[in-house]
Amino acid sequence: MTILTEQHAKALLEKVLSFSKADECECNLGGEVGGNIRTARNTVSTAGEQSDLTLSVQSTFGKKTGVATINEFDDASLMKVVKRSEELAKLAPENPESMPLFSKQKYEAPKSAFDSTTNITPDDRALAAENSIKPSKENKLVSSGFLQDATTFIAIMNNKGLFAYNKSTNVDFTVTIRTEDGKGSGWVTRDYSDFKKLNTKTASQVAIEKSIGSSGAKELEPGKYTVILEPAASVQLLNNMFGSMNQRTADEGRSFLSKLQEEGKEGGPTNKLGEKLFDERVHIYSDPMHPEAPTAPFAGDGHRVTKTDWIKDGKIVNMPNSPYWASKTGVEYTPTAYAGSGLFGGPSQIIMAGGSDSLEDMIKDTRRGILVTRLWYIRALDPQTLLYTGLTRDGTFYIENGKIKFPIKNFRFNESPIVMLNNIEALGKPQRVNGSMIPPMKIRDFTFSSLSDAV
Amino acid sequence: MQRRDFIKLTGVGAGGLMLPMSGFAVSADQLLDKPMDVAYKKKLADIALNAAKAKGASYADARIGRYLNQFVTTQETRVDNIVNTESAGIGIRVIANGTWGFASTSNMTPDSIAKTAEKAVAVAMANSKFQTVPVQLAPVKGVGDVSWNTPIKKNALEIPIKDKVDLLLSVNDAAMSNGANYITSVLFLVNEQKYFASTDGSYIDQDVHRLWAPFFATAVGKEGFKQRTGLGNPVGMGFEYLDGKEEDKIRISGANVGYKNSYDIVEDAVAAGKQLQAKLKAKSVEPGKYDLVLDPAHLMLTIHESVGHPLELDRVLGYEANFAGTSFATLDKWKSGKFNYGSDIVNLFADKTQPYSLGNVGYDDEGVKTKEWDLVKKGTLVNYQAIRDQVHMIDQKESHGCCYSQSWRDVQFQRMPNVSLKPNDKDISADDVIKDVENGIYIAGRGSFSIDQQRYNFQFGGQLFFEIKNGKITEQIEDVAYQSNTQQFWNSCTQIAGKSDYRIGGSFFDGKGQPSQVSAVSHGCPTTRFNNINVINTARKV
Repeated sequence: MTILTEQHAKALLEKVLSFSKADECECNLGGEVGGNIRTARNTVSTAGEQSDLTLSVQSTFGKKTGVATINEFDDASLMKVVKRSEELAKLAPENPESMPLFSKQKYEAPKSAFDSTTNITPDDRALAAENSIKPSKENKLVSSGFLQDATTFIAIMNNKGLFAYNKSTNVDFTVTIRTEDGKGSGWVTRDYSDFKKLNTKTASQVAIEKSIGSSGAKELEPGKYTVILEPAASVQLLNNMFGSMNQRTADEGRSFLSKLQEEGKEGGPTNKLGEKLFDERVHIYSDPMHPEAPTAPFAGDGHRVTKTDWIKDGKIVNMPNSPYWASKTGVEYTPTAYAGSGLFGGPSQIIMAGGSDSLEDMIKDTRRGILVTRLWYIRALDPQTLLYTGLTRDGTFYIENGKIKFPIKNFRFNESPIVMLNNIEALGKPQRVNGSMIPPMKIRDFTFSSLSDAV
Repeated sequence: MQRRDFIKLTGVGAGGLMLPMSGFAVSADQLLDKPMDVAYKKKLADIALNAAKAKGASYADARIGRYLNQFVTTQETRVDNIVNTESAGIGIRVIANGTWGFASTSNMTPDSIAKTAEKAVAVAMANSKFQTVPVQLAPVKGVGDVSWNTPIKKNALEIPIKDKVDLLLSVNDAAMSNGANYITSVLFLVNEQKYFASTDGSYIDQDVHRLWAPFFATAVGKEGFKQRTGLGNPVGMGFEYLDGKEEDKIRISGANVGYKNSYDIVEDAVAAGKQLQAKLKAKSVEPGKYDLVLDPAHLMLTIHESVGHPLELDRVLGYEANFAGTSFATLDKWKSGKFNYGSDIVNLFADKTQPYSLGNVGYDDEGVKTKEWDLVKKGTLVNYQAIRDQVHMIDQKESHGCCYSQSWRDVQFQRMPNVSLKPNDKDISADDVIKDVENGIYIAGRGSFSIDQQRYNFQFGGQLFFEIKNGKITEQIEDVAYQSNTQQFWNSCTQIAGKSDYRIGGSFFDGKGQPSQVSAVSHGCPTTRFNNINVINTARKV
């Protein structure tokens, strides 16, 4: 049993803390139970189930900290892991940035775990595979996909009275469907907390239509185009941008949010908090209570996480920071929420406000433009301007007078999300993707720099 | 341990440092515990093999692994984290009903191992209803009891933590005394103690060591900020890699120092500080066509992306279509025997045998003795990278020996071996390659690398860019990236330096598969020239 109840987790962590001799001790218990199925060439290639339960103990003496982790839970093992972390702490040099642990917090209670997801069986996974393989075969197409589901829990307790617990469930489904001659390729992604919301049949149909529709792509000249970015196309650019919004790197002059020292003025760089950098419709926030994208209402250090605006009316209104930097600069500590599983270190949860139009409505309202299914192999070119490069993939289409006219060859783009969020023409209805909520976006003057032969 | 746990443990969130490691933290002294007795491992492995056979497996292999890692992270004048991890367990793979099955456990009691083997058979049986073509394994003759170990001189895990911390803090000091304002330096040490047994009659005990010491330095000026990473390589070596011997240094006139089989990390940090200041003031490149001279610490990643990945047979066949993609190097191109991958001086080979390389092992993770083979010969595509259940698809009878799993917990599959560019028979130097270039750019270090899912179109950047005018390096420039097409690029290769300039670079954490697994892979090459390549300017006003 690797998913512990709140009560069970609490009892276990109380026992761990009773073995601690450190000035400060924080325990972090995480468990996961889940499974996956992978398909390729219209057949199952691999399938498996996994479960894991790990306890991490952080001990601090003065400003010296050590961390040790274990996956055995008898009393002797628990004593051993506490002792190990204390030994490592004694070996470590003092960290001048060490901060005291947080005391008891009050948390919100998101509905982040669903029995429908916890109860997924190997047969459910096999059916998901069949739902993309069968129609692919019927259409003389080749399907490759992946479905992964997990129930996770995380519990944090420290010797300052803090205790946090959250259980969440997630299921991710992606499928790439290609034509037999390799000249067409379509893709779809879906992720939910509640397995009941996942319809692998209709999702696969989207990939099938894109696959058939993308065959026989025409070449367009590279240049600046109006694009409609599906949520899966922009989520990584937005995540990358959000990952660069840290207050400390901005204050230190090494971020796109740094304000360089003006000529002739004293002092170092400052940050762009409060400045309007984007179109006034841009509103980006995080919210563990979001019904479509719930996540743990606390950070990895147990501090509570509540709804936080990061960009509002196009202005930077908050910047993620650490307890140390917040204290040093005299601002409030604003941790981020993590997307999906609620475990820490993954991509941050981003909720971007949008409108009410569907993707189809947005296509109807477009005189000339390009529909982008997804962007691939995104890499940073310049951290100062957040210029990124990457390529379109698995369904790129030319739109004319409100209709998809023909498929086009894939492009390489060189563009910055800063430019993208300034050139907004329209925002559609946000959809969940990678644990975040992102609207389809119509963007003018998006820069494509070269053509790719890849399908 | 998953990637997200690693980040929490190291306290580092930067994209470049999102490095997954397997294992649980243990105290420093425990890393030096004696490995498990070989005879006992053999006994446990036999329990797995016999249990699988008893349940109807036609083939089975067992991998008993103990994976030790240590990472030390420092920033400027402070130590951010010291973490030791250990992970041990057994992974059992079987063929039943012509279908693969796999299961793993960290519980190494005989009963648990037998049950895990039975579970692997049950998985195979369940999946066999979807199987359209039975697994076909290339034959491997059992090798009996054998052992192999990375030829290290200094076991990095035995070096006191204080020495490691002192080294990293001296690196930080060197960079910051010479122009850097911020720096993160890290030491990653990996020891894989792997025991492989199969129903073919092999019992293979291997002790594999790898090391990487990267740094990431930043300078902030009135003009903005610039970054420079270290030019050292991840290697299949012990702590002796950090000895920084003079005979391993290749000094490129007017540019950087290249490192062969040992790395002077403090010297490189000094250079990084100075070069960062030069970067802040450097002129921005004029876009256009240039002859490029690529340093091995840069070209290795170009080889990785444009040769290594497209020639993975599972990608070519479509098994990675939903994740990493497929390949332009399709079977018909290979079958024609005439596919012109590069110019006729281009010879690219694969191996898992080069000393100091990350891929170097005696046997792969399905018990095949490792070897060297040609991928591109005199510019023509001649082969792929394939393992036991794949080689029959390219009409070959012998596995290439490039099967790998990141841990006992995960199933092994085809992974990229070392893929390297053969040096020129004539032993010319990097300076000799530069001296014939009229209007060019010399690029060192790995920067931004992006390539499409079939590996045609790529755009690559570097760490350091130097203008070449009339055969000489003139000045440092900035904002350079080159865009090309794989076949066009390798066909524009006009000059390759000789064996004295040959250096091995690598990627410590190459990702592939769903669920994703990492592997470490090296790429050897000398300084090489490519003519008339499209260079773009990556600076942009926003």
